[in-house]
Amino acid sequence: MEQTNFQLKNQKTQSNDWSARLHHATRATREDWMGKGISYLCIGVIILVVASMLWFITSKGIATFTQNHVSLVKFLTGTNWAPDQGQIGALPMIVGSFAVTFAAAIVATPFAVGTAIFMTEISPNRGRKLLQPVIELLVGIPSVVYGFIGLAVVVPFMRHLVGGSGFGIISATFVLFVMVLPTITSMTVDSLRAVPRHFKEASLALGATRWQTVSRVILRSATPGILTAVIFGMARAFGEALAVQMVIGNAAIMPKNLISPASTLTSQLTTGIGDTIDGTLPNNALWSLALILLLMSLFFNALVRVIAKRGQLKHER
Amino acid sequence: MLKQYSFEDTAVQTFDDKTSLAMRTENLQVFYGTNHAMHDADLAFPKNQITALIGASGSGKSTYLRSLNRMNDGIATVTGKIWYHNVDINEPDVNIYEIRRHIGMVFQRPNPFAKSIRENIVYALRANGIKGKAELAERVEASLKGAALWDEVKDSLDKSALSLSGGQQQRLCIARSIAMEPDVLLLDEPCSALDPISTVKVEETLLKLQKKYTIIIVTHNMQQAARVSSQCAFFHLGHVMEYTSTGTMFSNPQIPVTQDYIAGSFG
Repeated sequence: MEQTNFQLKNQKTQSNDWSARLHHATRATREDWMGKGISYLCIGVIILVVASMLWFITSKGIATFTQNHVSLVKFLTGTNWAPDQGQIGALPMIVGSFAVTFAAAIVATPFAVGTAIFMTEISPNRGRKLLQPVIELLVGIPSVVYGFIGLAVVVPFMRHLVGGSGFGIISATFVLFVMVLPTITSMTVDSLRAVPRHFKEASLALGATRWQTVSRVILRSATPGILTAVIFGMARAFGEALAVQMVIGNAAIMPKNLISPASTLTSQLTTGIGDTIDGTLPNNALWSLALILLLMSLFFNALVRVIAKRGQLKHER
Repeated sequence: MLKQYSFEDTAVQTFDDKTSLAMRTENLQVFYGTNHAMHDADLAFPKNQITALIGASGSGKSTYLRSLNRMNDGIATVTGKIWYHNVDINEPDVNIYEIRRHIGMVFQRPNPFAKSIRENIVYALRANGIKGKAELAERVEASLKGAALWDEVKDSLDKSALSLSGGQQQRLCIARSIAMEPDVLLLDEPCSALDPISTVKVEETLLKLQKKYTIIIVTHNMQQAARVSSQCAFFHLGHVMEYTSTGTMFSNPQIPVTQDYIAGSFG
């Protein structure tokens, strides 16, 4: 009797002990809380920064329409940019931005895809040893250097070739082409490398040539990745300010051809922002340009996501 | 610990002149860099029969198979002779694309392209210059029937090939290969990624196909080799140890290493 009592008692104390032992905090659990806390803090700060930037640019950007009562349609379609006289037609800059972006992407994509195919399919060894460092170097060159080379080499060359001042969309296109080439190339390389090896093997085993395999199987299955690469390149071109500003001529007029001075949203922002007073129409108008840039980059991002999702669906279906 | 067997003690059959052969290798060696993966393989494959290559993982059977239609080009160095219609197709000046049209291959993992069922077959045909709409349609139907897949997919030819089950995908890969009307069909463990029911279907397909094609199949499933093949070669550590009719291989293996492998002592 005594013994059983003791046993029961002992069992009880032990179970109590275990409950306490399994519920109390140790160093390990405290580390977990700390880690969680730090990550939440970081995320919180970043969300706050992004949200306040969005709010700031949006509120400043729409002041043109809410405070200065400029009509949105006039802003988007007007071709006369003279903010000190109350004329804020942003179309020349919008056209300029899109022109240089699309032109640069169209010129750069074939070169980028060709280089990427060389690096992954034709000569992977030389690609890795020789071309990879070159491309990484090109990504790292500051844009002011590109702009300077454009100013010193491309602009005089264009002046010599077609006359005029040499400043204009075509010079900007050339500089942007060199700038977006490494971006598009390295991302295309990644997407080509991600094509499952067995697709290539299957195609070769069917007697398809290397060229048929590359063009109909590898490029086909890497298409979403390549499109993403091109869009990233376009986003970079669209947002590039300094290098473009140095070679485009910065005339806020509708570009009549590819070799006359023009301007882009970014180049107009950088040239104009120092000359305006906070709260006035000229200043607000520049914020509106910034808002367009912001919306465009959101649009590019959304596009990338849509393409990624489509690509995924295609592979899963 | 794996027992040491003499690589000198081999039992490899040869065929007399009356047997018509689809292809034959002579002194075939394969090197991955400095790694000698295949030693002196002398095998002959009789026409319209299924030959199974068996052996443990790493015995060189897949390496050997991939050499037969030059899929090892750029991956490994292959020396020796591969005779096909009295031509040594291991010569560097041979057109590898033409070879692969005549010697088709199906891989371990079903690998259809991310295209429709129809496109998977048409791709190969187009790559080989066949363009007529009627002929393409005819070949698609014939090859799918040949691979015993037609009844299952005839109403959904435009569906993605990736929506098929693993076994169906593998039969599509077989269909894709036979659409080119090759002489020889190489299969590299075609059922190792499939469930038993799909495996049965693929095996039934192969047994039907041997009337038209010479089939060489790598498998590490001995029962499968026994079920489908009429000739059987046993590979061990990069050497062909024994090559006989399948019946002999499983009932009366000639040398100790084969006896032990068949008995399940290793592998």
